Formats: sequence, C-alpha cells, structure tokens
Amino acid sequence: MKYLKFLLVGIFFGIVLVKSEAVSWYRIYEMFKFQSFHMYGIIGSAVILGALFVWGIKKIKIKNIEGNRIHLPEKQKSVIRYIWGGSIFGLGWALAGACPGPMYVLLGTGVYSMLIVIGAAILGTFVYGVLKDKLPH
Amino acid sequence: MEFFLQPWPWYVSGPLIALVLLLLVLFGKTFGMSSNLRTLCSMGGAGKYADFFKLDWRTQRWNLTVVLGAIIGGFIASQFLSDNSTIALNPKTVLDLQEMGFSHVGESLLPGEIYAWENIATVKGLAIMIIAGFLVGFGTRYAGGCTSGHAITGLSNLQRPSLIAVIGFFIGGLIMTHFILPLIFVA
Repeated sequence: MKYLKFLLVGIFFGIVLVKSEAVSWYRIYEMFKFQSFHMYGIIGSAVILGALFVWGIKKIKIKNIEGNRIHLPEKQKSVIRYIWGGSIFGLGWALAGACPGPMYVLLGTGVYSMLIVIGAAILGTFVYGVLKDKLPH
Repeated sequence: MEFFLQPWPWYVSGPLIALVLLLLVLFGKTFGMSSNLRTLCSMGGAGKYADFFKLDWRTQRWNLTVVLGAIIGGFIASQFLSDNSTIALNPKTVLDLQEMGFSHVGESLLPGEIYAWENIATVKGLAIMIIAGFLVGFGTRYAGGCTSGHAITGLSNLQRPSLIAVIGFFIGGLIMTHFILPLIFVA
C-alpha cells in the first residue's frame, strides 16, 4: 500500500504530460525553433510555482509524511559536467523529442518503438557509468 | 468534460507538474525521472562493471512505481481522455517540417517519420532511435539530471548547477534542431 501513492502520482504525471502535449516530438521541435510559447509556458509556470512551493517549505519548515525535515539534495558544484552532459542530453532530447519521463508515458500511449529508445537510454546510462572516472566533471 | 478531452493549456499543465514535484517532496522523495535508468542498470547487474551501479535498487522501488504509473497515465490519457484533435502548432513549424519531408504533422503526438514501427527494420530508422536514446541516457547521467531533476526541481530550488545544465540542454537542442535535423531529414 505504501507504493500506491507513488503509482497515483505517476498516473497523474502521465496524464498531465499527454494532455499538455509536452510528450509531443512536434512541441519540442517547435520549442527549439522558438516558434511557440507553449513549452516555455509549461516549464516556466512549473518552475515559478515550484519555486514558491520550495520557498514555502523552507520558510515554514514543513515536514514530510515520514516526519523528517524536507531537504532537497544539493548538486555538485561544477560547470564542465553540466555543459557537456547537458549538451549531449539536449542533442538526444531534440532528436527523440522526449526526455526520460515522456519516454515512459509515450510507451503507455502505445508507441512500442519507444522501447528501442528506452533500451538505448539504459545503454547510454550504462556506458556513462563505466566511463565516469575518465570524463571531466 | 469537454475541457478534459481537449488539450490542456500551458497555464493548467505547468502548475500541475509543479504539484507532482510538491507531492513527491512531501512524500520524502524528489522528482527525477532519469534516475530510473541508473536503477534499471543496477537491477540488470551493472554493478559488476562499474561502482556507479553498486546501489541497492530496492531503495528506488518508489521511483520505478512512479514510472509504472506514468505508463498507465499515458495509456489512460490517450485511450479515454483525448479527442484526437490535431496539435495546434505554429503554422510556420508545420511548414518547416513539411519542407523536410514530414507529413501528417501534428495529427498524432509523434511523427511516423521517426517512430513508425516499420522504421526499426531500416538502418536509418533504427539508428535514429538508438542514437537519440543513447544521447539522452548518457547525457542525463553526465549532467546529473534531466528535465524533471534539473529544469523543474533544480531551478525551483534556485540551484546554479541546474541553470548551467538547462543552458546545456538548449545548446544541444538548438544544434540538433537547427543544424542536424535538416541533414537527417531531406525532402
């Protein structure tokens, strides 16, 4: 039962991503062409409201359901890994038209060729893990 | 009911995505979809090849459950909550794509030119899917997060690393969209 809430959040997330068309390859293409405000509106409003939530959580020291103080993990300080990693991700994002969340959602919409893309993404993650210590971070 | 079946505007969808972030944080977790790729590697025994995968994947079962939900959500939305309307893309975008040889632009979520099942039997079609997935999987772990972890969660937490990562996402995305896609798709 403790996993039910995560299942429900996932279902909600999947529905929102389809109904917002954020899982559409065309919408990602249009975003990178700066030809529509749609994706910027989605990400922008999510970030603005998300920032308000995070600020509120820190301000009123709200606890999570496990009774612990909420702490969002800090990311490692670096520039090179984010520029390189981010750019490589961006190349794939614009080609696939989907990032990791939408890949699963699209599989659910019945696009079975997405299994190839997901398999390749797992392989990409594996190769990163193997090469990790040789890459500049 | 009609509103549910139509595509939802950005000012409804964006705040609902922020709600996903809030719920996961209140549940004592974080919002990060690409971590599941690492978890799947660990489950498959990748710990034998790199310490990076030596983690107890059982601690990540909650996130795999979110993935399962996302798949179900995609099914529900496409089967029961869609009116199959054409995506209201900028006409200029449609024209640009038609010039690259895309047909039926916006009539479904994904272009058949990339995702048609028959494409996995062609070298070009299969190569596009594999390269795209590989770049996403490699890049997201190198950058330490994807759209959910960096662009939504990281920016919401005002973290400089996430801002740099998002700039990276756009460097790669703009290069692909403006310079590489026109080389791959020629009408």
